[in-house]
Amino acid sequence: MRNIVTIAAKELRSYFVSPIAYIVLTVFALVFGIFFTVSVESFIRYVLAQGQMGGNVSLDLHETLIARLMGTINTIGLFLVPMITMRLFAEEKRTGTIELLLTSPIRDYEIVLGKWLAAVAFYTALLVVSSLNFAILLYFSNPEWKPILVAYLGLFLTGCATLALGTFVSTTTRNQIIAVAVTFFACLALWIADAVTVFSSGAWAEVIGYLSLISHFNDFSRGLLQAKDVVFFATFTFFFLFLSVRSLESLRWRS
Amino acid sequence: MIDVQNLSKRYGGFTAVDDISFHVEPGRIVGFLGPNGAGKTTTMRVLTCFLPPSRGSVRIAGHDVLEDPLAVKRAIGYLPETPPLYADMPVEGYLRFVSEIKGVPAKKILGQVEHAMKRCALLDVRDKRIAKLSKGYRQRVGLAQALLHDPQLLILDEPTSGLDPKQILETRDLIRELAGDHTVILSTHILPEVEQVCEEVIIINKGRLVARDSVVNLRNRLRGADAIVLDFFADGATLEPHSAEVVLKAIPGLARVHFTGQKDGRLQFELEAEPGRQIRSAAASAVVSRGWQLFEMKSITYSLEDVFLEVTGADSDASSSADALAGEAEAQ
Repeated sequence: MRNIVTIAAKELRSYFVSPIAYIVLTVFALVFGIFFTVSVESFIRYVLAQGQMGGNVSLDLHETLIARLMGTINTIGLFLVPMITMRLFAEEKRTGTIELLLTSPIRDYEIVLGKWLAAVAFYTALLVVSSLNFAILLYFSNPEWKPILVAYLGLFLTGCATLALGTFVSTTTRNQIIAVAVTFFACLALWIADAVTVFSSGAWAEVIGYLSLISHFNDFSRGLLQAKDVVFFATFTFFFLFLSVRSLESLRWRS
Repeated sequence: MIDVQNLSKRYGGFTAVDDISFHVEPGRIVGFLGPNGAGKTTTMRVLTCFLPPSRGSVRIAGHDVLEDPLAVKRAIGYLPETPPLYADMPVEGYLRFVSEIKGVPAKKILGQVEHAMKRCALLDVRDKRIAKLSKGYRQRVGLAQALLHDPQLLILDEPTSGLDPKQILETRDLIRELAGDHTVILSTHILPEVEQVCEEVIIINKGRLVARDSVVNLRNRLRGADAIVLDFFADGATLEPHSAEVVLKAIPGLARVHFTGQKDGRLQFELEAEPGRQIRSAAASAVVSRGWQLFEMKSITYSLEDVFLEVTGADSDASSSADALAGEAEAQ
């Protein structure tokens, strides 16, 4: 346990001494801020227009605004997750410091967990930044807060899963550019995997469609907390963390 | 401390280490000598549990590298060929991180870091980022990193490579100092380094162990027995080398005599005794009793370079790499 914390602390620290943390945080705050402002404004205009026409204004604030904004955060995350995980192992392999970790009296899974937890902590920081926008919304209006919390749980679990995937990809290369690209395209493919169900409807299409990250996330963003989605993300995360440990182990046998 | 039995390491079809066995007693300082590509780094990586052996067994401080790698890693301080440093960390922060992952108890960390920095003369750069340090300082940070948890065994892979001559001397002094408390195994392709620092030497070439002995024994091994150079003034330069040789051949216990040259009216011979016999006093009195003036008598010692050439001599490639070795040694 102590080793995991040590590795995670070191990893978090190096996020913030390199420019990457600031770039990711700034880009995220800016992009999401713009989306948020535009969405809220168009929502207000829509409501006002409806009111002027004398229509019955009974829009669900969560369904029409908040759930969409949650989807936006998730999509921006798709671009940022590869940048968070790219250096985890690729950098250690490139500079040779992996030799220090692998010859220290710590277990491979402690290294993997420590690094992944640092990535999760950083991703959580992004979510905290985004929550400031919702705090404003909560201050000026009164949306239900429980669905928001469920949506955030969905964002967090999606992050855990994609960060685990990125961690695994980073163990397989010493080139950070490759790590970014492969992680991004792998996440993208899984993101839209449910598209296959549009074209075909066999058992295979169903299996592949089930792997879609977005379809599992959509339940959360609507405020639905379902065991099957939680199990999906937990399994996904565990699977890739397990692969990372095996991949790290295999470094010894292959190198 | 180290017990290696029939160790082999293959990468695909390439055999980097081929059936090596050796044993190192606690407290010794052992040099691992060989040309580049001989398998030194691979062997060290197996000892440190970075690579698993393909065949054979390795035990460090009583623990097998495959069965109990954590115990082995706790017993070892390791400086790889390129020091494993995080460039974005300050020296002290880096050393604290390493002491934590090496399992130094929390209460002892501050003291151990301080001690290691003092030993490696790093106190004046403790707050500097490693990226800003010179090569010599980085090497010292690497060495400090290996000492933090007071390991029983220090494994140093080319600890002086890339340093300037002054830094090389300082590093060698430091290693000699460490030898008291730790067993040290260091690899190098520089012969004088082994002669200056190590008590024992293991020579490997092309993945095979070619010699394993103390530095003193290895030097003596070239000639099994006492060998001397004899240099004296013969009678007014009238003496034929041949007749002097006849006189010398009468020395009891002599195995071989060889005329090597004539200079300024002096004759020079190389004499070799039969194994286990001393011929120096007999040789001296043989010369003096004839009324010749003894100018110089010295014993012949051979450097490790000669040893290296001899033990790898059967192989023409090896001798060319030994030439390269000798060249580098001169460059030192």
